[in-house]
Amino acid sequence: MKPAAFTYHRARDVDGAVDLLSELGDDAKIIAGGQSLVPMMNFRLARPAHLVDVTALPGLSGISTDEEGLHIGPLTTHRAVETAPDSLLGPDHAVLREAMAWVGHLPIRTLGTVGGSLAHGDATAEWCLLAVLLDARVVVRGPGGAQRTIEAADLFLGFYMTTLAPDEVIVDVVFPRPAPHCALTEFAERAGDFAAVAAAVDLDLAADGTVRGGRVALGGVAPAPVRVPEAEAVLQNGGPAGPELFAACAEAAEAAIDPPSDADGSSDYRRVLARTLIVRACEEAAAR
Amino acid sequence: MTDRLLITLTVNGEEHELLTPARRTLVDVLRHDLHLTGTHVGCEHGVCGACTILVDGAPARACLMFAVQAEGRQIRTVESLAGPDGLGDLQRKFSEHHALQCGFCTPGFLMLAEGFLADNPEPTREEIREAASSNLCRCTGYQTIVDAIGACADERRASCGAVCGRPADDPADERSRA
Repeated sequence: MKPAAFTYHRARDVDGAVDLLSELGDDAKIIAGGQSLVPMMNFRLARPAHLVDVTALPGLSGISTDEEGLHIGPLTTHRAVETAPDSLLGPDHAVLREAMAWVGHLPIRTLGTVGGSLAHGDATAEWCLLAVLLDARVVVRGPGGAQRTIEAADLFLGFYMTTLAPDEVIVDVVFPRPAPHCALTEFAERAGDFAAVAAAVDLDLAADGTVRGGRVALGGVAPAPVRVPEAEAVLQNGGPAGPELFAACAEAAEAAIDPPSDADGSSDYRRVLARTLIVRACEEAAAR
Repeated sequence: MTDRLLITLTVNGEEHELLTPARRTLVDVLRHDLHLTGTHVGCEHGVCGACTILVDGAPARACLMFAVQAEGRQIRTVESLAGPDGLGDLQRKFSEHHALQCGFCTPGFLMLAEGFLADNPEPTREEIREAASSNLCRCTGYQTIVDAIGACADERRASCGAVCGRPADDPADERSRA
C-alpha cells in the first residue's frame, strides 16, 4: 500500500532535530535508513504525522576506537559495518562484522542504520541482541542539549518499545569491551527473514582453551532480547571448551526460557532451536 | 498534509526538478513522475526486490525510500544498463542464460546484480546465491539467474584481464559451476 500523508522535516543538526521532535510531539517520528519504518508506514501500521529526517546530520556515521571502546555512529549502515576493514573493526569486534550477514538482505543493509535498528527495538534484531550481549552504551541527546547514556540492558522494554524519549536522538553507540570469542547465529525459514530465534554467545576463553565464563543472549524468545543467567552460570562453572560444556549450557537455556508461539514456530520449537543455536554459537565463538 | 516539496533528483546522470508529496516513495516518483517504468513495483514492503535500484552505487529498495530522501544521491535504474549499441553485458547474459521468463522481477535482479558485481567483481557461486536471495523470482527457480550473474562476472574479468590484478584463466579460481 501507500503510506498515509505526513509532513517532512529535514534536520540540519542534532539539536535542530531534538527541537523539532519536542515541538511536534508524539505524532513525530525520526526517519534514518527507513528500512523498518517505511514498511510499517506502507502497511499503515505506523502513521506518523511528521517525519524528521536525520540522515543529513553531520558526524553521526563511522567507526572509531578510543579508551572508552569501539564507537559506532548511529547513522552507520549495516553494510558499512559489514565491509569495515580490520583497521577499523579489529578481531576484538569481528563479531559485529560477521553478524551483519544476518541483517535482512544486501539492499536492506545498504540503507538500514545501526541507530535505527536499536531505536526500533525488534526482539529479533541483531544489533539489539549484540548490544545486550556486549553491554553496549547508547548515548542520546535530548532537549537543551542534555546528553545521557542508556545501558543496553535498560534500553529495550519489549514489543518495539524502548526507554528512549520521543524527543531524544541517538548520537553514539559504544561497545566498551573487546569480545574476541563471540559469535551470533540464527535461524529463519527463508534466508534474510526475521529470525525465529537468534543466539549470541561471548566466551571468556583462556589461552589453553578453558572456558572461564561467558554471556549468552537470545532473540525471538521474549518480547525483548534477553540474557540467560542459567546458561551463563554453566559457563561460569568453567571447563574445557567443547561439546560437553556447550551442550550443558544450551540445555540450561532451553529449560530456562518460555518463548512465545506464533506463525514462525511454537514455543517448544523455539526452545529446541535456542538449544541448537547456542551450541552452534559456542562452537563458532570458541573457534575464533 | 498535501504539501508538495520541490526536490531535485539525479537519476541515471540526469537532474530532474519536480514537485512531489512527501509520502511519495522513490519508486512511484521514478515510474509516475519521471516515466522511468523499467523499475517495477511489487510488494511495497521491501521483500520482493522488484523495485531494486542503485543509490550511490549500492543496491537499495526504491519502495523503502521516500523520493525526498533521495535528494543529493546518485540514483541508477535499469534504463541505465543499455548503451547506444543495445543491451548491456549483464542484460545480454540474462538473455543468453534464460534468466527470465515473465520478466517482472528482471529489472530488480539486474540492478541487484549490477551493484553486487561492482562491489564484488569475483564472486563465488555461493556469494552470488546469497546476493540473489535478496529478490524474489517466481518463474526461473533462480538457477539461471545465478548462472547469468556468474557468466557476466567471468566475462567482465576476462575482458579486463591482468588489469584487474588476476589473470583471467587463473586455475586458482575455485568457483564451482555445478
